[in-house]
Amino acid sequence: MSAPEAVKGRSLWDDARRRLLSNPAAAASLVLLTVLVLAALVGPFLTPFSYDHLNKDDVLVSPLTHGHLLGTDVLGRDLLARVFVGLRVSLMVGVVATFVSLGIGVTYGSIAGYVGGRVDEVMMRIVDILYSLPFIFFVILLMVTFGKSLILLFVAIGAVEWLTMARIVRGQTLSLKEKEFIEAARAAGLTTPAIILRHIAPNLLGPVVVYVTLTIPGVILAESFLSFLGLGVQEPLTSLGTLVSEGARDMELAPWTLIFPALVMALTLIGFNFIGDGLRDALDPKDR
Amino acid sequence: MPGFVLRRLLLIIPTLFIVITLSFFLMRMAPGSPFQTGRKLPAAIEKNVMKRFGMDKPLGVQYLNYLVGVVHGDFGPSLKYRDKTVLQMICDDFPKSLLLGLTSLILATIIGVGLGVMAALFQNKPPDYAVISLAVLGICVPTFVTAPLLALLLGSKLGLLPIAGWGQPQNLVMPIIVLTLPQVAIIARLTRAGMIETLRSNFVRTARAKGLSSWRIVTRHTLPAALLPLVSYLGPACAGLITGSLVVEQIFNIPGLGRYFVVSALQRDYTVVMGVVILYSALIMIMNLLADVLYAALDPRVTLK
Repeated sequence: MSAPEAVKGRSLWDDARRRLLSNPAAAASLVLLTVLVLAALVGPFLTPFSYDHLNKDDVLVSPLTHGHLLGTDVLGRDLLARVFVGLRVSLMVGVVATFVSLGIGVTYGSIAGYVGGRVDEVMMRIVDILYSLPFIFFVILLMVTFGKSLILLFVAIGAVEWLTMARIVRGQTLSLKEKEFIEAARAAGLTTPAIILRHIAPNLLGPVVVYVTLTIPGVILAESFLSFLGLGVQEPLTSLGTLVSEGARDMELAPWTLIFPALVMALTLIGFNFIGDGLRDALDPKDR
Repeated sequence: MPGFVLRRLLLIIPTLFIVITLSFFLMRMAPGSPFQTGRKLPAAIEKNVMKRFGMDKPLGVQYLNYLVGVVHGDFGPSLKYRDKTVLQMICDDFPKSLLLGLTSLILATIIGVGLGVMAALFQNKPPDYAVISLAVLGICVPTFVTAPLLALLLGSKLGLLPIAGWGQPQNLVMPIIVLTLPQVAIIARLTRAGMIETLRSNFVRTARAKGLSSWRIVTRHTLPAALLPLVSYLGPACAGLITGSLVVEQIFNIPGLGRYFVVSALQRDYTVVMGVVILYSALIMIMNLLADVLYAALDPRVTLK
């Protein structure tokens, strides 16, 4: 976006970007996550071995032998290739399931917040009740019942994670509705859609973006948890959780099968958490 | 206040009803049956077995029968472990999970509050950064990573502790460490945030102006107010410990309830799954209620309606 050389006001987002980049932890995490995403996208094409190819002569070889940078697993599969693919699957599940929860949460929350009154009360009471359920049990039951497909994984996790999003969006809409600048916009003669689009949506975006970056690691964790229990991503496809669980099984013989996937997973989660925290600080002007 | 507690207790009943209904039909929609174990049973035998457990009736009737049973405190027999009722299994195995969970919760509270207070008193100094980094690690490294790593290090390499099993005190150490770490992280974070906020408030300034010692200011004035947010964390902590126990009990081979839940769901042991879900749902809801009541009791600004 190249604006003309006029005096330019600093928008909320310019400000936020400046603040985010001056936060060392968040900036470092941004670099880290870029590297990880690139590795997940491009990595699988760069490895000399395919992630599901069984190298029969190289079973459980340690790192840096026979061209296997990170060694191989118990079936002789190249660990580096598997970590790349696992990272790709985990990131994909994280992003897609988060968007499922985003869709449900924002719709639900904004309806409750905007309509208000009785509808709001009933809708939020439902959220309260759902909140008090041990959701991991339902995800486990869903996975057991409908088979272990990737699509279901997205839906099951997304269907569980939308509650907080709905609460955040509803609270935000509710308080925004009463703000003076909305009143001013209305007094200036703006139509309702214009008010929502120009004034409510941008203010909603901040908390939503923050929560999205914090939901993605939560989802990755949930997926890994399920994969660890044998209910998530199925062979020969893999995810970080599946890799960690395989590594935990073989760690006595081959500690690297546990250490590398665990490291990548921890780095991914830490990256998202720091960016989320950084964004929260950057997007909340009241906090300064 | 009594009215509030009563109403919340009554709200638990419809919520449990939803839980039971959802999990009952979810479980029954799952393909497979508890009586299929590798080889195919002759049709006549399968029919007899189904009849014994009342599973030959229409699903709706079974559902009603189950509900009636639950109301009478009868959770039915296990379909897999012959000669055991679900209630017996819960009585046998839940105490183990409870022991692990409670110990972890208490330990995590003591350590987490200590670390959080330290971080707040040294805000933006090295001890603070150390605690924050530890907290991020504790939140980001999941139990199923810490558990095998710990087993590898303390168990296999150093040989200090048994890798798996149950019955000796040594068996408790690693599971409790693994369950405690993430809770310590969250509690330390909450305490730190609460302390920092409270340290800026007027009554703490007054206390300081009165010339109280800083020890007294922290223990008598700041901490009680700063710990309030922690009370509402009781419910989520309980849920987190239950989730953690599913992993920990599997890795360390502990015959607790969490381990049976996953095994039973995979084996279609309907009644055991239902029993565990009901128990844990009720537990989480009661913890949430307890948290709200405690909060109101501790914070004079809150009145329960």
